[in-house]
Amino acid sequence: MEKNQNNILEEVTTSDYKYGFHTNIEMDLAAVGLSEDTVRFISAKKNEPDWLLEFRLSAYHHWLTLTEPNWAHIHHPAIKYQDIIYYAAPKRKKELTSLDEVDPELLDTFKKLGISLEEQKKLSGVAVDAVIDSVSVKTTFTDTLSKYGVIFCSFSDAVQNHPDLVKQYMGSVVPSNDNFFAALNSAVFSDGSFCYIPKGVRCPVELSTYFRINAANTGQFERTLIVADEGAYVSYMEGCTAPMRDENQLHAAIVEIVAMKDAEVKYSTVQNWYPGNKKGEGGIYNFVTKRGICKGSHSKISWTQVETGSAITWKYPSVVLMGDNSIGEFYSVAVTNNFQQADTGSKMIHLGKNTKSTIISKGISAGQSNNSYRGLVKVIKRAENARNFSQCDSLLLGDKCGAHTYPYIKAENHTSIIEHEATTSKISDDQLFYCKQRGISSESAIGLIVNGYAKEVLMHLPMEFAVEAQKLLAISLEGSVG
Amino acid sequence: MLSIRNLKVSIKGKEILKGINLEVKAGEVHAIMGPNGTGKSTLAYVIAGREGYEVTEGEIIFKGRNILDLSAEERACEGLFLGFQYPVEIPGVSITNFLRTAINEQRKYKGLDPVPAVEFLAKMEEKKQLLELQEKLASRSVNEGFSGGEKKKNEIFQMAMLEPSLAILDETDSGLDIDALRIVATGVNKLRRPDNATIVITHYQRLLEYIIPDVVHVLFDGRIVKSGGKELALLLEEKGYEWIRSES
Repeated sequence: MEKNQNNILEEVTTSDYKYGFHTNIEMDLAAVGLSEDTVRFISAKKNEPDWLLEFRLSAYHHWLTLTEPNWAHIHHPAIKYQDIIYYAAPKRKKELTSLDEVDPELLDTFKKLGISLEEQKKLSGVAVDAVIDSVSVKTTFTDTLSKYGVIFCSFSDAVQNHPDLVKQYMGSVVPSNDNFFAALNSAVFSDGSFCYIPKGVRCPVELSTYFRINAANTGQFERTLIVADEGAYVSYMEGCTAPMRDENQLHAAIVEIVAMKDAEVKYSTVQNWYPGNKKGEGGIYNFVTKRGICKGSHSKISWTQVETGSAITWKYPSVVLMGDNSIGEFYSVAVTNNFQQADTGSKMIHLGKNTKSTIISKGISAGQSNNSYRGLVKVIKRAENARNFSQCDSLLLGDKCGAHTYPYIKAENHTSIIEHEATTSKISDDQLFYCKQRGISSESAIGLIVNGYAKEVLMHLPMEFAVEAQKLLAISLEGSVG
Repeated sequence: MLSIRNLKVSIKGKEILKGINLEVKAGEVHAIMGPNGTGKSTLAYVIAGREGYEVTEGEIIFKGRNILDLSAEERACEGLFLGFQYPVEIPGVSITNFLRTAINEQRKYKGLDPVPAVEFLAKMEEKKQLLELQEKLASRSVNEGFSGGEKKKNEIFQMAMLEPSLAILDETDSGLDIDALRIVATGVNKLRRPDNATIVITHYQRLLEYIIPDVVHVLFDGRIVKSGGKELALLLEEKGYEWIRSES
């Protein structure tokens, strides 16, 4: 007759990573290891002003006094920080003015990923700032955006062309001494994106950046800074895939968002980095600090993330609700399979009156993976009438994986309402048989059920991302890799 | 259409079906009746290919082919449909999405391209009217928060959309009020064609007032102990299952 349930689950949850290829592009590398010299080398390479070098050096010296955090529900061999190359940039002979001048092999890489720049430009109306390793290669739609006064460029360019804005906001949400990985990033960050939406401007296009880790043994340290001035609105999308490599690759990014009075920032991520092989070898270590501050009243910051990749995910996109009546949202789907480990969640810090936050977290674990939700909802005394609603659901596939929920709640006044709901469920045999009886294969059935389960989160993604995310969810859990 | 020969089935070593013989021809409606715990649902599940049942003897020939080696989804793609006694909820998956997936998987099995969206939606519309379904049903999640009647109507709706050669309706009448029963039965009757067949599994004679069977079988203690025309159902209603017990 038929294979038993566990066999099927095992089969459909052991798919290979689809994006495993490696591009040979000439690299400009820093010496291996981290020292004050490395920091100075990176800063000099990028022609940075003195204040930024000082920022890096002070972060570096602070980092030396810190130890790696060990409270997350993750396990990994010790990261050898002195074996990492902290700077790698594709060599550029001259400034690029059109796609024709981009390294053909690089363009080919994008094509394999299905994100050819010219198609993106023509079809989707999305401005793409593509990052391969550490240096931005090509920025599109700059003209359209500049008409509205929107600045969207690589972080390095922003440092050169908009130093005052960078200086004003960089480190204002995630200070360089915030945590171990934030300090590391602040010392050695390579590049990333910068985005500024001026007062009253509604950004006409979805902004998107594709990150890709490509050089063996090169830690990647992006830095993204998004500032929405009074009354501004922007939807920003970040998506990434990485090639298959044997060594673990460290990734420690920082994303800072500032929303002034009446401003709204919607930040969406689809993350599909190499998760390691079926035995749990290799894969990306992803230690990210993402935080936004609702600085002005009636401002809003919304995080939506779909996490399917990485060997280890350590990530807590947070919102500091400083302005009165400000709103923070966090919608997350985290899938772990094989030996992946995810410790992710959100922090909502209510400082202003009548502030509201929502946390919807959907964890999906398969194989022998571990998936943890870790969240903090904090309401200070001044934040009267604050409201939070948290819902943390876990879905288990098979009986060898784990799901954990660690909600922390601190309320310092009596007028606030904080709600927390949590559920754990399994895909039942009844559900699978029901689908199969209609002609739907086990693999498609699991894709269907999982997408249904994650719908509440996926519906918050921009349209073009939602489709990609649905496919990713299915691919991450199925054997049918096209 | 369907030919079951000396089918013996065990669950965890306990024999539930003890040699079933059944012949269903195209165009026919068969009713299988019997008291609780006699193996009616087991028979339905085994035909549909649910795992956890051990077929120790016999064969199930469907459209000329022994289907015991086929998986549940392959049997479905071959044109076999089971209307569930307890339809399961699939949160977040709309009926539209569920049915489109099912139809396309069945088409893939037959080497056909996915159904064009316009054609699919037109068919949804047509079948909804056939079954007097509410407009909003299609956008709701599969069975989530449905009343008992809505769940059963949804089963018949799926049957109408998938157009199976053989439909097995397992206790479709249980939990239905008289209006829902009428709608379900009308649906089944409207879907009757010379080239398809239906097996109605039921505990009560009530449903058979609306769906007129060609043959009625009485399943008792893992065996079909009596077969006859529609009058057998009435006789059963009159004399009760005790009569069968004493006869067998």
